[in-house]
Amino acid sequence: MWEIMHFEFMQNALMAGLLVGITCGIIGTLVVVNRLVFLSGGIAHAAYGGIGVALISGLPYIAGTLGVSLAAAFVMAVATLKAKHRADTIIGVIWAVGMASGIILIDLTPGYNVDLMSYLFGSILTVPRADLWQMLAICVSVLVIVIYYYYDFLAMSYDDEFARLRNVPVKWLYFLLLGMIALSVVMIIRVVGLILVIALLTIPPYIAEKYTRSLHMMMVVSIVLSCLFIAIGLGFSYLFNLTSGATIILVAALGFIISPIVEGLMPKRHPG
Amino acid sequence: MNEPIIDVRDLSFAFNGETVLKNVNLKIFQGEFMALIGPNGGGKTTLLKLILGLLKPDRGKIRVFGQAPRHAAHRIGYVPQNVHINKSFPISVLDVVLMGRLRTGRGWARHTRNDHRMAGEALGQLQIWNLRHRRIGDLSGGQLQKAFIARALVTEPEILFLDEPTASVDAKGQADFYGLLKKLNETITIVLASHDVMVLSSYVKSVACVNRDLLYHDAAEVTADMLDMAYACPVDIIAHGLPHRVLPDHEEG
Repeated sequence: MWEIMHFEFMQNALMAGLLVGITCGIIGTLVVVNRLVFLSGGIAHAAYGGIGVALISGLPYIAGTLGVSLAAAFVMAVATLKAKHRADTIIGVIWAVGMASGIILIDLTPGYNVDLMSYLFGSILTVPRADLWQMLAICVSVLVIVIYYYYDFLAMSYDDEFARLRNVPVKWLYFLLLGMIALSVVMIIRVVGLILVIALLTIPPYIAEKYTRSLHMMMVVSIVLSCLFIAIGLGFSYLFNLTSGATIILVAALGFIISPIVEGLMPKRHPG
Repeated sequence: MNEPIIDVRDLSFAFNGETVLKNVNLKIFQGEFMALIGPNGGGKTTLLKLILGLLKPDRGKIRVFGQAPRHAAHRIGYVPQNVHINKSFPISVLDVVLMGRLRTGRGWARHTRNDHRMAGEALGQLQIWNLRHRRIGDLSGGQLQKAFIARALVTEPEILFLDEPTASVDAKGQADFYGLLKKLNETITIVLASHDVMVLSSYVKSVACVNRDLLYHDAAEVTADMLDMAYACPVDIIAHGLPHRVLPDHEEG
C-alpha cells in the first residue's frame, strides 16, 4: 500500500492529519480538564451555520465557519461567566440554532448544493495544498499561545479561584481558550466533520490523562495518539474504501476501548 | 499601630435571593489567631471569599491592609476546602505547590530556582517532601490538605485563611497540625474556619461565630450567645475543661 504515498492527495491528507493531530492533542487536553466537552460540541455544530453563511454569501468556507464559530464561542463564554447555572441550556440552544440556520441558508442558496456530507463527516482526502497553509497557521498560533500561557492555563484549569488570587487574568484566558477551541474546531471539521469533532477532541486526552502526571505530558501523549489514530484510520479507509472521517473515529474508539485493558495489564501504580 | 489589617463593616451578602450574611462587622489585627466557627452553610466560606475578593458584597465595606480586597488578596494565603478539587487532574504535588509562586506577565519564563527552593522548603516543613512527585489525586485527605497549605505558604502570605483544614485529618495529625499553626502564627496572622468547636485549641486567641450574623469574642471561648446563634436552640454542653476549656464558666453559679 506504500505506493499510495506518491499521490499528492495522500501527502496532503497526511500533512493535514499531522497538523490536526497536534492541535487536537493540545486543545483537546484543555477541553477535557476544563470540562468544556459539551461547549465544544456546541461550537462545532454552530459552525454549520457558518457553512450556510459562506454558501449563500459566496464567502470562502473558512471565513463563514470561522466567523460563526468564533461568535458562538464568544456568546458561550459570556453565558458561562454570567449565568453559570443556565449555561448548558444556552449552549444547547446555540448548538441547535446554528445547525438549523445552516440548513435554512443552504435551502435558500440557489443552484446545486455542494456535497454537505463532506462537512458532516469530513473530507481529509480532498484537502488542497492551500488549505494546509491555513491549518499550519492555526496550529502554530495555538502552539505559541499555549506555550506562552502554559502556567496560567495550568493554574486556571486546576483551581481557578486560586489562580484569580494570584492575579492570573482568568477571564481573558477563558475567552482566549474558547477562541482557540473555535479555531481548532473549524480545522478539525476538515478532517472528521463536525459530527465527529468531539470524539477526536476528547478520546486521545481521555486515554492520556490516565497515564500522565502533568498537563504538558497529557498534551504530548494526546498528540501522539491523535496522529496515530488519524494515520491508521486513513490507511484503513484507503484499504477498504471507507469514509475517512468515520474510520478515524472508529480507530480512536477502538483505542478508547482497549486502553483500560492495557492499563489492567500494566504494573499497578504506587499506592497512595 | 493598632489599625486592623482586615476591616469588615456592615457587610451583607445574598446568594440566589437568600441572605447569607447580614450586617457583619469584623476587625482582625496583626498576629491574631482567630477561629471562625458556625454551622455548615452558616456563611464562613462566603465571608472568607468576600474578604479575598472572590465574591462581591451586596452592601458594606471590606478593607484588607487598608485597600480593596482585589488589590490586597495576594497578601493572603488561602487554603480552600478540598471538596471541589478535581482529583483526576494530571498534576504532581510539586507543581501544585509551585502554583503558589505563579506571577503573571512572565510569559515563557519557567519557575526560577528560588521558586523551587521555596517549594522544597514548604514541602519539607509539612513533611510531604517525599510525596512531591506523586500525582495529586493519589494523596490521602490529610496529605492533600498539607499540599494546599504548602501552596499557600510559598506565596509568602501575611495572613493565612484555612477553610475546614482539619476535616480529613486524624487526631494525631491534628495535634501536629496545631503545633505547626502555632509556629506559623509567630509571623503570620491566622484565620481558621470550622464547623467544629473542637478547633478551639489553646493556640486560638479569639473566636468569631458566623451564622448569618457574626459574634466576636476576644478569647478562645464560645459564649452562650454564640451557641444560641449557631445552633438556633439553647444547647447544654458540659465543659470538660481538658485539655482546654471551650466554654466559659457558667455565668450564674
